[in-house]
Amino acid sequence: MQQYETLIVLTPLLSEETAKEAIAKYRGILTANGAEIINEDSWGLKKLAYPIQKKTTGYYHLTEFKAPGELINKLEIEYRRDERIMRFLTVALDKHAIAYSEKKRSGAFNQKKEAKSQTEEVAG
Amino acid sequence: MAKDQIKYVTAPKVEDTRKKYCRFKKNGIKYIDYKDANFLLKFINDQGKLLPRRLTGTSLKFQRKVAQAVKRARHIGILPYVTDSLK
Repeated sequence: MQQYETLIVLTPLLSEETAKEAIAKYRGILTANGAEIINEDSWGLKKLAYPIQKKTTGYYHLTEFKAPGELINKLEIEYRRDERIMRFLTVALDKHAIAYSEKKRSGAFNQKKEAKSQTEEVAG
Repeated sequence: MAKDQIKYVTAPKVEDTRKKYCRFKKNGIKYIDYKDANFLLKFINDQGKLLPRRLTGTSLKFQRKVAQAVKRARHIGILPYVTDSLK
C-alpha cells in the first residue's frame, strides 16, 4: 500500500456545491477501491500563474491517501474523463515526503519555516 | 580623479567571495514541496527560469529535486512557465 498525494484543479465556473460534489465523487472512488484517505485539504479558488482553458483562477483540492498501485491508473482515467477538472497531478510519496507532510499537518512547520528563514537572513 | 575615468574594455570579473553552500544540506531539508510557491521562488529568476547551481550553490542531488518540484508546480499552475517580471 503505497502512499500517494493527488492534487486536482477544478474549473472556477462551477458553483460551490458542484465543486464539493465532484470532490465527493472522487473520494467515493478512492474509498470504494480500498484506499485509505489520510488527509484532505482544499485551497479553494486560487489565481493561476497562467490561464488554463482560458480561465485565470482554479479551485484546488489536495488529497493524501494510501492505495494499492493499480488504483492510480483508474483514478487518472476518471480525471481525464471528467471535464470539470482542468489539471491533476498524482505523486507517490517517499519517506521524506511522508515525514514532511506529517510535520506540516502537526503544525510543527510554522516555527521551522520561520527558523529556516531566519537562518537565511543570517547567512544571506 | 583620473582613476575614476578608467574604462575597462571587458567588465572586470567581480569575484563573489561569499562561500556558497547547499542550503538543503545545511538546514537538513530532505523534501522539497512542489506546492510551496514562495519557497520555490528563491530558485527561479524573474523570468521564471530555473537558476543554475553555480548561482544558488545547491548540490546536484537537491538541484534535481528543485528542478522536478518547479516543473510540477508549473504544471499545476502555481508557477508560471515564462513571465517577464515575476518578483
